Amino acid sequence: MDDQQNSDKNNTSAKDRLSALWQVVSVPVAAVLLALLIGAVILAVSGANPIEAYAALLEGSFGSMAAFGRTLSKATPLIFSGLAVAFAFKAGLFNIGAQGQLLFGALASAVAGFAITGLPPFLHTTLSLLIGATAGALFAYIPGALKAYTGAHEVITTIMLNYVAINITDYITDGPLKDTANGNIVARTPEILDSAKIPYLGEIPAGFLLAILAVVVVWWILQRTTLGYEIRTVGLSPHAAKYAGMRVPFTIILTMVISGFLAGMGGAVETLGIVGRYQPGFNVGLGFDGITIALLGKTSPFGIIPAAILIGAMKAGASTMQFEAGVAKEITDVIQALILFFVTADMIVRKLIRSKTENGTGVTLSGWGQE
Amino acid sequence: MENTNTLPTVTPQQLFFKRWTTTIMVALGIIAITIWQYMLDPQATEAVLASTVRSSTPLVLGALCGLMGERSGVINIGIEGQMLMGAFIGFLANVWTGNLLFSVFAAVFSGAIMGLLLAYMSVTLKMDQIIGGTVINILALGLTGYFYQVGLTTDGKMQSISLGFLADIPIIGPALFNNPPITYATFVLVFLIHYILFHTKWGLRSRSVGEHPRAADTLGVNVFKVRYINVIAGGAIAGLAGAFLTLEAVGSFERAMTNGRGFVALAVMIFGKFTPFGAWGAALLFGFANAIQTQLQFADIQVPHQFIGMFPYILTIIVLSGFVGRTHIPAADGVPYEKE
Repeated sequence: MDDQQNSDKNNTSAKDRLSALWQVVSVPVAAVLLALLIGAVILAVSGANPIEAYAALLEGSFGSMAAFGRTLSKATPLIFSGLAVAFAFKAGLFNIGAQGQLLFGALASAVAGFAITGLPPFLHTTLSLLIGATAGALFAYIPGALKAYTGAHEVITTIMLNYVAINITDYITDGPLKDTANGNIVARTPEILDSAKIPYLGEIPAGFLLAILAVVVVWWILQRTTLGYEIRTVGLSPHAAKYAGMRVPFTIILTMVISGFLAGMGGAVETLGIVGRYQPGFNVGLGFDGITIALLGKTSPFGIIPAAILIGAMKAGASTMQFEAGVAKEITDVIQALILFFVTADMIVRKLIRSKTENGTGVTLSGWGQE
Repeated sequence: MENTNTLPTVTPQQLFFKRWTTTIMVALGIIAITIWQYMLDPQATEAVLASTVRSSTPLVLGALCGLMGERSGVINIGIEGQMLMGAFIGFLANVWTGNLLFSVFAAVFSGAIMGLLLAYMSVTLKMDQIIGGTVINILALGLTGYFYQVGLTTDGKMQSISLGFLADIPIIGPALFNNPPITYATFVLVFLIHYILFHTKWGLRSRSVGEHPRAADTLGVNVFKVRYINVIAGGAIAGLAGAFLTLEAVGSFERAMTNGRGFVALAVMIFGKFTPFGAWGAALLFGFANAIQTQLQFADIQVPHQFIGMFPYILTIIVLSGFVGRTHIPAADGVPYEKE
């Protein structure tokens, strides 16, 4: 009898947990399906065969172990940029500047990767990663401080700083640190040393495991530390946080710095694990993808992983799709924008799938003049 | 701006000067420098002024788009995307029809559609408006990137129309009175939107919806309708800014060609204290910075072009940090309205 009851209890709690999980994932899943559906319509309208295109996309991203490895290595920097954006969201900050911070992280780690010599492999990689992440953090300090002390909205300052970052990194790679080996004329840094490269474990990039570790650490900071509590409180209500005695300007700056640290590490992982040097144009858009990923993952650290793998798969499969189905790669940008739309306009989606949950994106951002 | 707190001893003129002292000083400084430069090198000065007006036009239009929405309480971060969509559709229409006037209407219409989307997200769905605007930007970037094919060509772009003797006025004549149509339309729009916002019933309603929607609602103003119409009109203006880029300034389309202008326009709007004339002045200042930057790139100065290229963006940050705290922002800006 007792056993019976117990197992009943277990059953219901498992059921509850399943339905709780469904409530969390139903909207993102439906949003992705809707976006793919509309993407198919756009493909059909522009004269391509949507089924053929999607089949090629799938084959190029999950069709083989090599394809899957490619998907994971595309997803790795995306997890970092998604985490960077999601982390800032928790404090009510919109870090569109993840892109610029990522560029500095990529460049700084490349410099550390070729300029520092004589270190053993593991140490060299770790040091280069940290240097890249720190560069991103320092660059993110600027919009953080501007927001905290002058009230300049981070959306505009970070976008402007993205352009500044593009210009500065272009200048450095085409000027003082240009690769001059073998009569090279392209703007890029020299290649990093082997000791700085992030290894592959079979087809799986070791950077991916690092990204998972970062997810756990971010989750821990947000949910289990005083700092995380302060960040979330500032995000919910800066005024309440202020009257509770929290240092709001300090929290805003620190949040931006940590966000920039994550973005910078994303750039560093890309450089040390995939590109092997810094070359302008090689990581365009990774920071912006972070916005989609953060919202698709509902700004929860663990939600970032599947979201980043999905977007990574679209990037990994895009070339196969272009090659086999003759579809322009940019369709993945359109699908991504549609995903972003349906995830954020989740009222539409909830109506369509008749879900009664009222959770929204859970993000509240400040207007121009509010602290 | 409201005059409710004005003491009886302060005349509107005094108030005006008090509010705009910095702006007037900056303007006088620039005018003085310009006249001095004109005496040294008339041709280069006229070139700088003409280029000032040219590069300020999309910023004025972008800022007008922004303030239409923000005055009625909707933050518009999607100006960039609305502009880009307008630029692309205008360009496509020009490729297909070769009719420039029709293409301008197509651009304006596509901007309005993007405005409608923003209004739907922020007014009806009550989404976070900053995320809504970001959706517009990413969507416009994706759609224009996918549908754009390299190698499309057009018959041409809009040419300058000289307004007779006005264009012969020294210093300012060529810059102000020898322009293509959209630039003239921009001048007219500045006056028109100032008139609408501050001298019509519609403008009063818009501003009251932006300051205190509950009060406006109680008095029978349809908050949703006012916001929808203003945001759509703003989108149309952003579409015109896009048309300026592809049909008047450049004559062709490139991926992501708006290059952050939509965001600079937001800073221009804040710097201009959410007023059309303020935005115009601020945009001219930005245009001036841009024109000088272009001149410097031609000049024989040993500064890497990337550093000169960052100048407008850094100026935006400085302006924003220095002015956002000193500007009255519509009280209900960014707050979705819930009817009781």
